[in-house]
Amino acid sequence: MHIRPVLPEIIVFTMACVILLADLFWKRRFKGLMYAATQGTLAAAAVAAYAARNETPRVILHGMMAADYLSVILQIAIFAMTAIVLAYSRTYMTERGVFRSEYFALALTGVAGMCVMVSAAHFLSLYLGLELMSLSLYALIAMQRDSVPATEAAMKYFILGALSSGLLLYGLSMLYGATGSLEIGKVAAALAALPRQDLVATLGLVFVLSGLAFKLGVVPFHMWVPDVYEGAPTGVTLYVSAAPKIAAFALFLRLLVEGLHGLSGAWQEMLVLLSFLSMAIGNVVAIAQVNIKRMLAYSAIAHMGFLLLGLLSARVSGYADALFYALVYALMTLGAFGVIILLSRKGFEAERLDDLRGLYNRSPWYAWVMLLFMFSMAGIPPTIGFYAKLAVIQAAVSAGFYGLAVAAVLFSVIGAFYYLRAVKLMFFDAPVDAMPLRPGRDLRWVLSLNGLAMVLATPWVGALIGICRAAVRGFP
Amino acid sequence: MVSLSQYLILAAALFSIGVVGVFLNRKNLVVLLMAIELILLAVNLNFVAFSHFLWGMSGQVFVFFVLTVAAAESAIGLAILIVLFRNRRTINVDDFDTLKG
Repeated sequence: MHIRPVLPEIIVFTMACVILLADLFWKRRFKGLMYAATQGTLAAAAVAAYAARNETPRVILHGMMAADYLSVILQIAIFAMTAIVLAYSRTYMTERGVFRSEYFALALTGVAGMCVMVSAAHFLSLYLGLELMSLSLYALIAMQRDSVPATEAAMKYFILGALSSGLLLYGLSMLYGATGSLEIGKVAAALAALPRQDLVATLGLVFVLSGLAFKLGVVPFHMWVPDVYEGAPTGVTLYVSAAPKIAAFALFLRLLVEGLHGLSGAWQEMLVLLSFLSMAIGNVVAIAQVNIKRMLAYSAIAHMGFLLLGLLSARVSGYADALFYALVYALMTLGAFGVIILLSRKGFEAERLDDLRGLYNRSPWYAWVMLLFMFSMAGIPPTIGFYAKLAVIQAAVSAGFYGLAVAAVLFSVIGAFYYLRAVKLMFFDAPVDAMPLRPGRDLRWVLSLNGLAMVLATPWVGALIGICRAAVRGFP
Repeated sequence: MVSLSQYLILAAALFSIGVVGVFLNRKNLVVLLMAIELILLAVNLNFVAFSHFLWGMSGQVFVFFVLTVAAAESAIGLAILIVLFRNRRTINVDDFDTLKG
């Protein structure tokens, strides 16, 4: 058996069970042990994933999982993002009494689900990974069970998430009917043999794409994003906003690119529409928000539109650019929500844009850090977000989507307005709330590093895109 | 004999009823959970029909997994529903307006 490439999943899942059980016996005696164990698990899993980087790309476990460089890269990214999430949310969740082993166990099962998703080579593993992630997310959002917005957000996310899984499954059943296989590689081969406009396969594609669009949160399937971002405790919003986006993006690569490349003409047209609408609605509606979590949610929708620009080029270089964008975006959004966590304290949730007012007077360093995140999200050079945007727009241009590329530039100018408004509030307005900030040690160091990475990583952009290219090299 | 296309039409009808049930239902969250179950069952019918008439066993194996996941999903859905009822004392969909989305 070739078990080594799935070792990360095995480690994460086993440790999720161990942590849940160990907590029963040792909770009182060793405070902080479970947190250390979770971080250790993530580190060990990342090492296991890294050790499998030189495996020859192949499909293992009877066609269930793909062992390739893409899954190695994405898994390491997911472990890193989750480790950052746990470090950021430590103080916040402790103060709200939910920094318990359930939180770690759910976070780890979610991570295991995402790892299965990113290396899925079969409809079954893809679906099971997706559900493992989604079910963990529903429960995580509802963790703070006496909070009305959190439980409402969980219910909304649950219903729309279950509906989107239903759409995705219906599409998968159509594809199975058209091609006779559940293995993504065989589906691709069977599609190539079908006539160009096979009705059943195209219908399957439409349903699959709407299901995937729900998971990624692009317009017109975005209704859950602002509500979940706003309602969930900020520590959980962090989790929802970063790694699951990467995993959902991986599903696009696995299903649309690897499996349905034969229908690329059809999905390109649909993605053009989704991408345009997301950039338009995300950026314009974000301007009207007074709640900073909702604003970042609409900004997430807009960013997912940009991400699709790279995918819809249907070229290998475009996929690499989109992958780079996804990773950069996840780091930016982690940082921005990290600053919101920094502003919150026991009994006070920083939610309104006004809470950013006068951050410079309260703590110049974190104001500069937030400025870096905002500049990076707006795509202002020399931040890394600029290079990511440039790459995906270039991908759209090189595939001949000139109109869409122009629209993307215009919408990023519109988007710059609300990012810069946040900067203005921080630097030029008087603070409403003068309580001193008391970030925990984890948050202080990781957030500063995360902010500095936005500018200090720019000399290595070429190398990073090179890694992304290597990850998608074998794609059609 | 019932043909493949008749099964597919039945599945499509069930699926549509499920989707319409999710969007039009403004009264009761439990009915919403039932509509979601209906969607998953329609999918299962599709898989079984395709696998029986065309492609052999693999589709039917898939159905077992979908059924299991559907059970887990309703467990979580009902758990969230109970928590929500404790907080709000209602399961009327229209009353959930704290978040404006």
